[in-house]
Amino acid sequence: MLELHEITKIFNKGSVNEKIALDNISLKVPPGDFITIIGGNGAGKSTLLNCVAGVFPVERGKISLNGEDVTALPDYRRAGDIARIFQDPMMGTAGSMTVEENMALALKRGQKRGLVRGINESRRQFFREKLLLLQLGLENRLGVPVMLLSGGQRQALTLLMTTLVQPRLVLLDEHTASLDPKTALKVLELTRELVEKNKITTLMVTHNMEQALRVGNRTIMMHEGKIILDIKGEQREKMTVAELIDMFRDVSGGQVQSDRMLLT
Amino acid sequence: MNLTVFEGAFIQGLIYGLMVLGVFLTFRILDFPDLTVDGSITLGAAVAASLIITGIDPVVATLLAPLAGALAGLVTGVLHAKFAIPPLLAGILSMIGLYSINLRVLGRPNLPLLRQPTIYEYLAGAGFTLRSSEFILSAAVALILILLLYYFLNTETGQALRATGDNEIMMRSLGVNTGRMKIMGLALSNGMVALSGAMIAQYQGFADVSMGIGTIVAGLASVIVGEVLLGRSRIMVWLFAVLLGSILYRLIIALVLKLGFQPTDLKLFTAAIVTIALISPFFKDYLKKVKA
Repeated sequence: MLELHEITKIFNKGSVNEKIALDNISLKVPPGDFITIIGGNGAGKSTLLNCVAGVFPVERGKISLNGEDVTALPDYRRAGDIARIFQDPMMGTAGSMTVEENMALALKRGQKRGLVRGINESRRQFFREKLLLLQLGLENRLGVPVMLLSGGQRQALTLLMTTLVQPRLVLLDEHTASLDPKTALKVLELTRELVEKNKITTLMVTHNMEQALRVGNRTIMMHEGKIILDIKGEQREKMTVAELIDMFRDVSGGQVQSDRMLLT
Repeated sequence: MNLTVFEGAFIQGLIYGLMVLGVFLTFRILDFPDLTVDGSITLGAAVAASLIITGIDPVVATLLAPLAGALAGLVTGVLHAKFAIPPLLAGILSMIGLYSINLRVLGRPNLPLLRQPTIYEYLAGAGFTLRSSEFILSAAVALILILLLYYFLNTETGQALRATGDNEIMMRSLGVNTGRMKIMGLALSNGMVALSGAMIAQYQGFADVSMGIGTIVAGLASVIVGEVLLGRSRIMVWLFAVLLGSILYRLIIALVLKLGFQPTDLKLFTAAIVTIALISPFFKDYLKKVKA
């Protein structure tokens, strides 16, 4: 499905601020895998997602998707296969446009956009049916500008938008981190529902150790641009949150860098 | 008081309204302050005027002007989208380059259209006075353009254009080449600006190489005046607000001239309008704080 072959990403190459963000990373992701990614700040988690999405070009290595080499393709040409959700709920939707307009934009992800009206009655009906799944009452607010919705509503809408056109791969970059705990839980539930039901291959960055082990079927830990742990199956099921945190402590030199993962 | 001046200002407001709609498209929809317009309005005027002088039908000349304008917008767009030049600088480069091009097209700094046919005479031939045919034609073109824009902004491509100005990162993640979107928007906008220039030249009877100076500021002032009056709740309302803003702006200018100011004072006056509109939010906040 997704294959990374010896990927290296260097920021500010050749300057004093040079930083190797991804260090010769290889990763094979079979179809249907739901991988959670953990690691301290600056471990390269987000950079990894950005390289997969095509936002950052890589210095070395090869990225292939469904056997096709996509290393040289810009982000917008990978978007037909890859859907993304960002940490900031404002990033996934256009605030000045209405709920239905945002959905119409997402309905054409990766496809040619023509000169027909973006919204017609049958599309509107389709949007309404989809919004019912969220149980947020948004089906009655199709004409409301998205900026009037709460962060949680926007993130839930973004999630729904990614499934309007079935992606092959979903990239989630701490997409519940900036929501209040209750909303975060709801959005996470929705994620599992939408992703697991459709068996979409998923990479999810999280700071929450519990989430990292309970969600998905595989967990990788990153540190200084490398993958230092890759567990699945029985090994993962036996792993406790305490053990994972211990492991994390070991690699990060005895320091737990983020309170967030202990508090949750 | 002689009202003819205000009739003329009203018609000017309609014709310049095409330019203002173009400025609206870049400034408000794409969030791209585009200075190309100072050059492209003159380009439109120069292309139309010089074609008419050589005996080309005024309608054809008027329709060719927007193509030249679109080309100018395309250059600005490519400078920005392909070579990462900041919007203001990309616009300035096009604007300065266009000054020389406009002089070439005109052949001299000022090209009069005395005793030349214009688009306004077509209707005048059908029994209307020249004044009323100027009014009918400019109102019709402005209205058609608003309807076309309204339709376009609600198409799949038009929605993508609006979303590009709102959230570029999102649109790239949805598979839209946002650079190409901006180029398209700038070409469209400057095409409209050049059409406005072509119609202005025929209305005033000449094209002048310096007629475009300050166009962007007049355009911004018009957009802001319209928004203050009608708001921007829905796209259709917003488009009409912008046209209304253009008409009011020209009427205000006419009034200021009536009051005895010199035409050369107008630029300062326009700059003041825009400045006041731009800084008023700060004063609103300040007043709130003072009250609290």
